[in-house]
Amino acid sequence: MARITLDHIRHAYGPNPKSDAAYALREVDHEWADGGAYALLGPSGCGKTTLLNIISGLLQPSHGRILFDGNDVTNLSTQERNIAQVFQFPVIYDTMTVYDNLAFPLRNRGIAEPDVDRRVREMLEIIDLSDWSNRKAQRLTADQKQKISLGRGLVRNDVNAILFDEPLTVIDPHMKWVLRSQLKRFHKQFGFTMVYVTHDQTEALTFADKVVVMYDGQIVQIGTPAELFERPSHTFVGYFIGSPGMNVMPAEVHGSTITLGSEAIALDHAPKIAAGDKVELGIRPEFIRIGREGMPVTVTRVEDIGRRKIVRANLAGQPIAIVASEDIEFPTEPRVTFDPGALNIYANSWRVGREA
Amino acid sequence: MLEMRNVAKMVGGEYHIHPTNLALDRGTLNVLLGPTLSGKTSLMRLMAGLDRPTSGSVYFDGADVTGVAVQKRNVAMVYQQFINYPALTVYENIASPMRIAGKDAATIDREVRRAAELLRLTPYLDRTPLNLSGGQQQRTALARALVKNASLVLMDEPLANLDYKLREELREELPKIFAQSGAIFVYATTEPSEALLLGGNTATLSEGRITQFGPTIEVYRRPADLVTAKTFADPPLNFINVVKSGGSFRYQEADSLAVPPHLSGVPDGPVTIAFHPHHLGLTAQTGNAAKLKAQTQISEITGSESFVHMHYDGVRWVMLAPGIHEIDPDTEIELFLDTRHLMAFGTDGRAIAAAA
Amino acid sequence: MEKTWNNKAWFLVLPVLLLVAFSAAIPLMTVVNYSVQDTFGNNAFFWAGTDWFDDILHSARFWEALQRNLLFSFIILALEIPLGIFIALNMPKKGIGVPVCLVLMALPLLIPWNVVGTIWQVFGRVDIGLLGHTLAALGIDYNYVRDPLDAWITVVVMDVWHWTSLVVLLCYAGLVSIPDAYYQAAKIDGASRWSVFRYIQLPKMKRVLLIAVLLRFMDSFMIYTEPFVVTGGGPGNSTTFLSIDLVKTAVGQFDLGPAAAMSIVYFLIILLLSWIFYTVMTSSDADN
Repeated sequence: MARITLDHIRHAYGPNPKSDAAYALREVDHEWADGGAYALLGPSGCGKTTLLNIISGLLQPSHGRILFDGNDVTNLSTQERNIAQVFQFPVIYDTMTVYDNLAFPLRNRGIAEPDVDRRVREMLEIIDLSDWSNRKAQRLTADQKQKISLGRGLVRNDVNAILFDEPLTVIDPHMKWVLRSQLKRFHKQFGFTMVYVTHDQTEALTFADKVVVMYDGQIVQIGTPAELFERPSHTFVGYFIGSPGMNVMPAEVHGSTITLGSEAIALDHAPKIAAGDKVELGIRPEFIRIGREGMPVTVTRVEDIGRRKIVRANLAGQPIAIVASEDIEFPTEPRVTFDPGALNIYANSWRVGREA
Repeated sequence: MLEMRNVAKMVGGEYHIHPTNLALDRGTLNVLLGPTLSGKTSLMRLMAGLDRPTSGSVYFDGADVTGVAVQKRNVAMVYQQFINYPALTVYENIASPMRIAGKDAATIDREVRRAAELLRLTPYLDRTPLNLSGGQQQRTALARALVKNASLVLMDEPLANLDYKLREELREELPKIFAQSGAIFVYATTEPSEALLLGGNTATLSEGRITQFGPTIEVYRRPADLVTAKTFADPPLNFINVVKSGGSFRYQEADSLAVPPHLSGVPDGPVTIAFHPHHLGLTAQTGNAAKLKAQTQISEITGSESFVHMHYDGVRWVMLAPGIHEIDPDTEIELFLDTRHLMAFGTDGRAIAAAA
Repeated sequence: MEKTWNNKAWFLVLPVLLLVAFSAAIPLMTVVNYSVQDTFGNNAFFWAGTDWFDDILHSARFWEALQRNLLFSFIILALEIPLGIFIALNMPKKGIGVPVCLVLMALPLLIPWNVVGTIWQVFGRVDIGLLGHTLAALGIDYNYVRDPLDAWITVVVMDVWHWTSLVVLLCYAGLVSIPDAYYQAAKIDGASRWSVFRYIQLPKMKRVLLIAVLLRFMDSFMIYTEPFVVTGGGPGNSTTFLSIDLVKTAVGQFDLGPAAAMSIVYFLIILLLSWIFYTVMTSSDADN
């Protein structure tokens, strides 16, 4: 297991990039802890796969270095970096049995057969495929195949990191739950450094200790799931995490009061806003309470999505989404209040901290 | 109206679709929900006329169309893969069905622009599909289906290859876009949450059988049997096998819980009780909560909520609790079960009395 | 994928059915008809029963020709398949090299059989041919007109030159369909070059290889034009394959009955061998 240092990494696919826009990855400078579970989250084209390929050694960054435990591995091949990877579509050796698939990386490294056997059997037990060990891998279901891919990585107990590239894409929703919690358990049990690429916020948030949100070739925020949820540092994070995403409304700040159209909300501090900044107020749908008090809203639509209801409404001319419990009953003249602790203020899309 | 009367499809002596009766009204959105290989695509192919049923008949607006070729049925289909003409511009792609139908240039131009506006494709009309993002490519395919003015629009997991957030947006737009056209919409998905967000009606499928058909939220809240309940639950349902005697469900040697009023009609004897993960909590939310003890396995944090995986009496359970609860594995915790939403199933798997 | 059901499809199939009837079924029945009769011309036919078949199956000439065919097909497969795979593996997968290689590979396939024969016939001649002359100048005793081994080498080299590209193109198509993730995974697993070939490339090429083997077998077993042009079946009978023997019998000696019987036997052998190949090569799909 290793600590991963990304030292001022930039990457462009074409030669001689002229502007920032030509970089698929603009500037990444971070250190990821040994044994951490990291998720790279973002929409397609945000650079997350590029970053993963730089870590795995498939791509050479145009600038910067990558270090494992302080050793520069920038020029090492994938094989020399000693990492494991699980791909979007299960990669298995069709003609081999499940057992041989797991033994393959060990045998390639010249490990003695009794050791291979012991470790393969242990791994079969862990990934719950002992009963299938003599089956041809070709005949398994997608989730079983994905477990084999994972097992092939885990069976080598000396890997520096395990990389996941949207590993649950082809898995049915019910099996996703099982595989996801198993992954998390492996992580707790073995303490591997894990990097997980996905566009699915639920996967990212439930898997990772630290989620790295990427947008347009940059890391916009690294934080725990709770931090990303409660204090999105950029309106993009607010939008991208949560479903529905955060309500972001144009607003004005005067001292310690923020106004939305005709509605004014008192703050417990005066945010520092420079003149001419585009000011926005962010509040998550989960932190809006609907009842008889507060600001008047007109409800336009209610979506019953089972365990909760999504209320679409208009507040001071702005469309907002509110998440309510499945048992909610609306008053005839509904009003809303915002949880004061959940208000986020943005200047030019970046969050204005209390201390700033 | 599209009616399937005793429609069955056999391939190689096995039923791919068991004899099925289904009637879909004009102007409705109908979701086919089921895991991979449950028969969603097969059923759609029968509806479209791409396959001829082994037995039974398909009626459209009262006329038997069983053997009528798909070209003559005015059907539009959208697939998981983004299928467009790669050499044609977005404009020509959208126009293609109308060109085939021999519409005049003015009508074509008007319709293309209207559809492009609805699907936010206006800036890209001159591009070819390969220069578009996945979401834009799929919107082009949707626009083509829209201008075809088909009486039956079939969508086979149309959003599966898109980013999570894009899915969220298109999912919200789709029912609105198609609502005005008066066609019958059929939408296949593996994801229960998607069915709930789309609303309309849902038919749950399992192993080539429609297990239940009705308004989406009804099927979710009042599944007719265990199979439907399992198919339509994400996160997965929790189960306990209990014995009802008089006013209590006995679930362990000595423990029991009071039968909630809505299940008082359940006859004495063995019963399977099911409930959703969000009906378990760490605190009692109502007076009807029953206290239980379980062993934790792993916690997953989504930012605002926690999924806690646990073992109850040897059975896997999941709790979805608001707030952040990082609970150590293998800890005994006390839980409260909101009994107002319990579902009960007999030994034959049929629902006995649905949750209120 | 299931097929679309449509009554009109039969009308579309009809022309092909007619074509097959005229091009295959009717000639085949004519041959069957000839094979059980004797004729001395003037359209006078006599019932001969299975006599011709008896004759052929007891004729040393037939068995020798058959052995030559089997040996030839075996050599062709043993050379062209591994060579084809080898070239396909070493072809570039992207860049300007791809179209260049593909065109180079396709070139021999575009040349008609008899032209190939003529090219090699001239090329190998000791007096005026570049190859024959060069070899002679190097002191190598090469003469396909005189030496049966040289004749065989010429025919085999000619076929390899003409047809290996087909195997290459088929294998290449199979190889480029393998997703990059497989190669990445193999690197990560520390697989050797050989393992990558054995466990990823070969399994993924299996289907196209089956087609390549079948095509090359059937085609090499029916070889006619090239040896006919180059060696005319000689020296002696050393390159007289079944097809050449058949033409000699039918056209040269005008023995229609025996020739017809021979065609049927020839046809059945090809059918049988192709079926065996197919069954053996697809059986591994069904095991386990």
